[in-house]
Amino acid sequence: MGFVNDPVLLAIVVATALAFDFTNGFHDTGNAMATSIATRALRPKQAVLLSASLNMVGAFLSLTVAATIATGIVDSGIITLEVVLAGLAGGIVWNLATWVLGIPSSSSHALVGGVVGAALAAAGTQGVLWDGLISKVLLPALIAPIVAIAVASVGTALVTRLTRDIAAESNTRMFRWGQIGSASLISLAHGTNDAQKSMGIILLALIAAGAVDQDASVPWWVIVACASAMALGTYTGGWRVIRTLGKGLVELDSRQGMAADTSSAAVILLSSHFGYSLSTTHVATGSIMGSGVGRRGAKVRWSVAGRMFTAWLITVPAAATVGALFYGVDHLVGGDAGSYVVFGLLLVAAGTFYALSRRKPVNHDNVNHEWEPGEPGDEIVAEAVEEHELELLAQTVPARDAHEDGDRA
Amino acid sequence: MTQYVEWDALANILIFGLLIGAGLPTLFALGVRALAGPGSRDDAGRTVTWRVAAAVACFAIVIAAIVGAIIYIAAGGH
Repeated sequence: MGFVNDPVLLAIVVATALAFDFTNGFHDTGNAMATSIATRALRPKQAVLLSASLNMVGAFLSLTVAATIATGIVDSGIITLEVVLAGLAGGIVWNLATWVLGIPSSSSHALVGGVVGAALAAAGTQGVLWDGLISKVLLPALIAPIVAIAVASVGTALVTRLTRDIAAESNTRMFRWGQIGSASLISLAHGTNDAQKSMGIILLALIAAGAVDQDASVPWWVIVACASAMALGTYTGGWRVIRTLGKGLVELDSRQGMAADTSSAAVILLSSHFGYSLSTTHVATGSIMGSGVGRRGAKVRWSVAGRMFTAWLITVPAAATVGALFYGVDHLVGGDAGSYVVFGLLLVAAGTFYALSRRKPVNHDNVNHEWEPGEPGDEIVAEAVEEHELELLAQTVPARDAHEDGDRA
Repeated sequence: MTQYVEWDALANILIFGLLIGAGLPTLFALGVRALAGPGSRDDAGRTVTWRVAAAVACFAIVIAAIVGAIIYIAAGGH
């Protein structure tokens, strides 16, 4: 198959898919590593390095790549390179927007949303399989955190009960190891699962452009490129999201962190085993909340959680809107030029989000700082940080609240 | 609702999730308790032998579960 139609368009789609892969790693580092960073089981740089390495290994571990995008959600007959490009661009923009806001949100839902929007713009409402969208994307977004909260709260309750009369240093020392073990498992599973999605998209693009045969397996350079893009994204560390997950939702100790990570790993692996795919982000966030629910005296900042749930509900429509706009621009300009314009707009958007993030940077130095007044959910921050910041407590609530914490082991 | 939610899969995820996802941390906590809980040291300050054995057994099961999960991921289950 020497002949490739539209090599430039193909190159743009491949580059955009790799960029999405990067934002995917970048956005999802927190799912595996937020608790280990928050409890200081690992230093921030160590954590992202470990996670990136395991993402890389995971990407090479299992290569059952299918050349698909949004299977069962969008009519596969209307998937053209332009739809894929607009969908990826929509997913990237949503990932970057939620990153700037520090909200963990599912990368796969962002991608599905982008593709759904592009499909709507390309083929109207019959381009989207609505039943599939509801049953595979929208409802699981509600179900995943509930399951994870249940599992993690039971685990945390049992663990804290069994270890309540053990010296805090002993607990911390030993539970850190358990935490690192289960966090590593999440990273590995993420590398296998999510890097393969990007490989699938690139394979789909290569087949569509006639660059490889219909039944070809993934070329080696695609595997290497996807694994590297994701690992690089993970290593860059979406610190804003890590901070929200590790410090914003719940104040965690290493017992809670271990229970949360094990719950996440178990639910993620079981959901794919039973063929009912749940988003890693939704599961990990639910597990962290569950570890706050399960420990007596720990406080969950429900207002932060509420922001997240809201973001998850609008992920698909928001990414779809961007995807549809990009497809519209592509179509309006027409031809190869349309795709150049889409790519250019995407670069501008990425630059804008980066500039926005510089106004209040979060990095490996300040990722673990106490959750401050003014950050989302600060109205009950005094209850959660009372063990650390007594002055802050005095400023915000009457001092009597300081004696209510039951479990400090 | 019924056609939109795979209740069987969901029930399985919840049941096995609780068994594994909450059970393994509990087992780990039992191991920690055996090593560092009240009464784990004898008069000479050494950890009591049977407690060490119990802790090793707990941690061994946890490690076996992690190894099993890695094999599962590598085998393409995920």
